Amino acid sequence: MNMVSQLAVEAPPSVSIKGLTKRFGALTALDDVAMEIRPGAFHALLGENGAGKSTLVKCLMGTYRADAGHVLIDGQEASIASPRDAQRLGLGMVYQHFTLVSSMTVAENLVQGEAGLGAIIDWPARRERLTAFMADMPFRLELDRQVSTLSAGEKQKLEILKQLHLGSRFLVLDEPTSVLTPDEADQILGLMHQLTDAGRISVVLISHKLREVEAYADEVTVLRQGRLAGRGQVGSLDRSDMVRMMVGEDQLAASAPRVTHDAGEALLSVRGLSVEDDKGVPAVRDLTLDVRSGEIVGIAGVSGNGQTEFVEVLAGQRAETGGHIEAGGRRYGKTRAEMRALGIKLLPEAPLDNACVRGMSVAENLSLRTYDTEPMARGGIWLNRAEMRKRAAGLIARFHIKTQGPDAAIETLSGGNVQRTVLARELSEKARILIVQNPCFGLDLKAVAEIRRQIVDARNEGTAVLLISEDLDEILELADRILVMSDGRIVYETPRSEADLQEIGHHMAHHEE
Amino acid sequence: MNSVEAVAINAAAFVITLALFGIYVATLGHNPLDVYYVLWLGSFARQISIESTLTNAAPLMLTALCTAIPARAGLLVIGGEGALVVGGVATVLAGMLVAGAPFLVGVTFMSLAGALAGGLWIAFAGALRQYRGVNETISTLLLNYIAIAVMYHLITGPMRDWERVLKTSSWSIPDALRVGALPVIDVHWGLAAGIVVCLILYVVMRRTTFGFGVDVLGGNPRAAQMAGLPINRMVLICCFMGGAAAGLAGAFEVTAVHGFASESLVVGFGYAGILVAFLSRQNPAAIIFLAIILGGVAASGGLLQRRFDLPDATTQVLQGLLFMIVLASNAAYGRLNVFQPAAWRTA
Repeated sequence: MNMVSQLAVEAPPSVSIKGLTKRFGALTALDDVAMEIRPGAFHALLGENGAGKSTLVKCLMGTYRADAGHVLIDGQEASIASPRDAQRLGLGMVYQHFTLVSSMTVAENLVQGEAGLGAIIDWPARRERLTAFMADMPFRLELDRQVSTLSAGEKQKLEILKQLHLGSRFLVLDEPTSVLTPDEADQILGLMHQLTDAGRISVVLISHKLREVEAYADEVTVLRQGRLAGRGQVGSLDRSDMVRMMVGEDQLAASAPRVTHDAGEALLSVRGLSVEDDKGVPAVRDLTLDVRSGEIVGIAGVSGNGQTEFVEVLAGQRAETGGHIEAGGRRYGKTRAEMRALGIKLLPEAPLDNACVRGMSVAENLSLRTYDTEPMARGGIWLNRAEMRKRAAGLIARFHIKTQGPDAAIETLSGGNVQRTVLARELSEKARILIVQNPCFGLDLKAVAEIRRQIVDARNEGTAVLLISEDLDEILELADRILVMSDGRIVYETPRSEADLQEIGHHMAHHEE
Repeated sequence: MNSVEAVAINAAAFVITLALFGIYVATLGHNPLDVYYVLWLGSFARQISIESTLTNAAPLMLTALCTAIPARAGLLVIGGEGALVVGGVATVLAGMLVAGAPFLVGVTFMSLAGALAGGLWIAFAGALRQYRGVNETISTLLLNYIAIAVMYHLITGPMRDWERVLKTSSWSIPDALRVGALPVIDVHWGLAAGIVVCLILYVVMRRTTFGFGVDVLGGNPRAAQMAGLPINRMVLICCFMGGAAAGLAGAFEVTAVHGFASESLVVGFGYAGILVAFLSRQNPAAIIFLAIILGGVAASGGLLQRRFDLPDATTQVLQGLLFMIVLASNAAYGRLNVFQPAAWRTA
C-alpha cells in the first residue's frame, strides 16, 4: 500500500458525532453530545478538566465504547470497536505524552507503528517510500536521527508524521503544546494549519489554551460537565464567550490583589546545587538562587530541564551531589523538625504520587504534616482519629474539596481535588517558605483561579514562594522575579516589570542540542 | 482497608485451595471428602486436636509478625525462620546464665534474650537495606541459612550436650525454668504471649502516631520523605519489632516445648508465618485467627499422612497451594465491584 499517493489523493473524511453518551457507573461522562467536523477543518475542542473532552475522543478512537449515539464517517455509520478500527478509517490521535521509542531512529519509529509489517522488513524499499513521504510533507526530519537526540518540538512533529504515515486523514491532537516552548508550539500549529488549509487533513485540537484556539482553529466545540456547552466559528466568538461556555455563568475568583512591598530577607537559599537524575546524569548543575520573604520567584522552563529533580531535592526525595540548601539562614537537612520550625511547605507535581498515600483516606492525607501534634495526637503518641476527621472536615469545606467525605480514599478524588487536598494540607498552617511545582496542571479554570489566589495571598502575607512551572502564562501572572531554567542551570533572570515573553521563550529553547 | 473484602477473598482462597488439594489426593486414589473430614478431625474436632492446633499456632503468630510489621513499612522480610533459631539459641545461653534464679526472673530474662537476639538479627537486615542498599528479601533469606548453620555449629560443638546421644542438641535449660501449660487447656504459655504481642502491636500500629507514620512510609515512601519522617529509624524499629517477635517464638519453643536448641527449631514455623502474614494482610489482630487456622493445617498433617498413607510432603503441598492461591488472590483486591464504594469523581 502506498501511503504517499493516498495522502495526495484521498480527501479527509467528514466526521459527525451524534447523541454520544458514555457512563462510568453512576457518572455520566458524556451526555448526548453532537459534533460536526467537515473535511479540512481545524476544529478546537475546548473544555475544562473533566468536561468530557478525552472521553469523547476516546470513544471516537475506539478506546471506549459509547453507551449510546453513533459516529458517521462520510455519511456512513461507522462501528469503531478498537483503535485498530479507527486507524483503518483514517482516524489518528497524537497523545499528550510521547509514544516514541527513543533508542530507535526516525525511520524505525515511522515503520514500527504499521500494521501487517511482516517478519522481514525490506529496508531499502521502505527508505525509498519514506523519503518520498517526507518530501511531500510540509516539515521534515532526517530519517537516520535517533529519537533521543530530537528536541521536544521535533518529537511532537515525529508523532504527527507517524500518524500521517499510517494514513490518518483525521488527526486528534491532545494538548500537543504542553511540553513545547511557545515558539515550537506556534510552529507546529502553524504547520498543521497549512495542512488543513490545503484540505489534506482535518484536525481536532484539544486544548485549554484560548490563545492557541483563537490563533489557529476555524471552528470550536465547547464541552462542560459532559454536555455540549456551545459551538461556533472562532472568528465570531471572543474570548469571554468561550470562557463563559467553558465555565458556565459562575464567577471566577478574582485574581488576588498584589500588595506592593519590598521583598524581605532571603528565607530560602540554594547554593551551588548539583543533582543527578536516576541514571546518574547531571540534572541540576551548580544552581544558585535566593527566595525572599514576600516574593514569588518563578522558574520557567521546558519540562525535563532539571526542575523535577530540583524539587525532589527540596522535598527530601533525592540527595544532592553538590552544594547545599539554606532555609531561614541555616543549612536545611529536610527533617520534620526543621520543616515545622521553618514552616516549609511543598506542593509538588503529580501530587497523588509525590505527596499522598494511596489507600489512605482524605482525612489521613490531610494530616500527614500534623498527625503527631495536639490535638490529633494525645501526648504525641496516641492518635485521635475523631479529631483528625473533624479537622479534615473543616479543611474540606474551606478549600472546597469535592469528596464523599473525610473517609473516602484519596485516589477516588479527581486530579483537581487531590491537588486541592495537598494545597489545603500545606497551607492549613502558616507557611513561611512555599515551594510549588506546576500547581495548576490539568485543573479547571475555577480551580486555577482559586489556587493562584491562595499563592498570591501567601506571598502578600510574607511567605517566600518558589514557583516552578512549565506554564509560562502562570509564571508571568504570578512571579515577582522570573528565572529560566535550561539544562539544569538558571540561564536568565528578569524582574516582573521587564519580563518579555519572546525573550523568555528564547532562553527556554536555549539548550537545543 | 475493606475488611469484608479481605475476609471474602481469603475464604475464597481457602475454598479454591481445598478444591485443588482434593484433586491432588484424588489422583493418589483417595476420596477428597474423607480427606477433608480427617483434616477437620485433626485440627478442630476434639479437645486434643484443638490443643495441638493451638500449640502449632503459638509460634506462627509470632513469626507472622516478623513479616507483617516490616511489611507495613514497605519491606518484604522473610527471615522469621532465622530469627526464631537465633532467638532459641540466645534463650539457651541466657538460661545457662540465670540457672538458679527465681522462675519469673529467669523466664523473663530468657524471653528478653530471645527477643533481643531475633530483633537485632532482622534489624541488621534493615540496616543493610537502609544504609547499604541491600535488598531485604534476599538478605533475610540468606540470614536464615546463616542462622541455621550457626546453630548447627553450636549444637554439634561448643554448646553440645554430650550426654544426649540419640539427638544432637545444645545444653538444656534448667528444669526449674521450664515453662508449663496454660490453665484449663494443655497448651503452653507461648500461645498467651503470641496473642498478647499481636494485640499490643495491633494497638501500636493502629492507634499510635508511630504506626501512622509507618503506614505513610509503607503506603508511599515519597510522601514520607516529603513529610520529613525519620525513615531509617522507622525501618529499623519495625525490623527490630518483627525480629523480636520471631525471636520470642524461638524462646518459647525452647522454654516451653523442647528445653534445648536442636534441629527441632527448624521446622518451618518461620516460613509458615510468612503465609499467615500475607493472609492477614499485615494486620496483627487478624494474625491471631489466621495463625490458628494454619496451626490446624499443621496439626492435622500427621493424622492425614498416617490415615491415608500419604507422602510426607502432603501438608507442605497443602500449605504451598494455599500460599500460591493467596498470593494470586491479592490481584483480586479492588477489582470486585461488590466491594467498591461508588467512585466519586468530580467531573
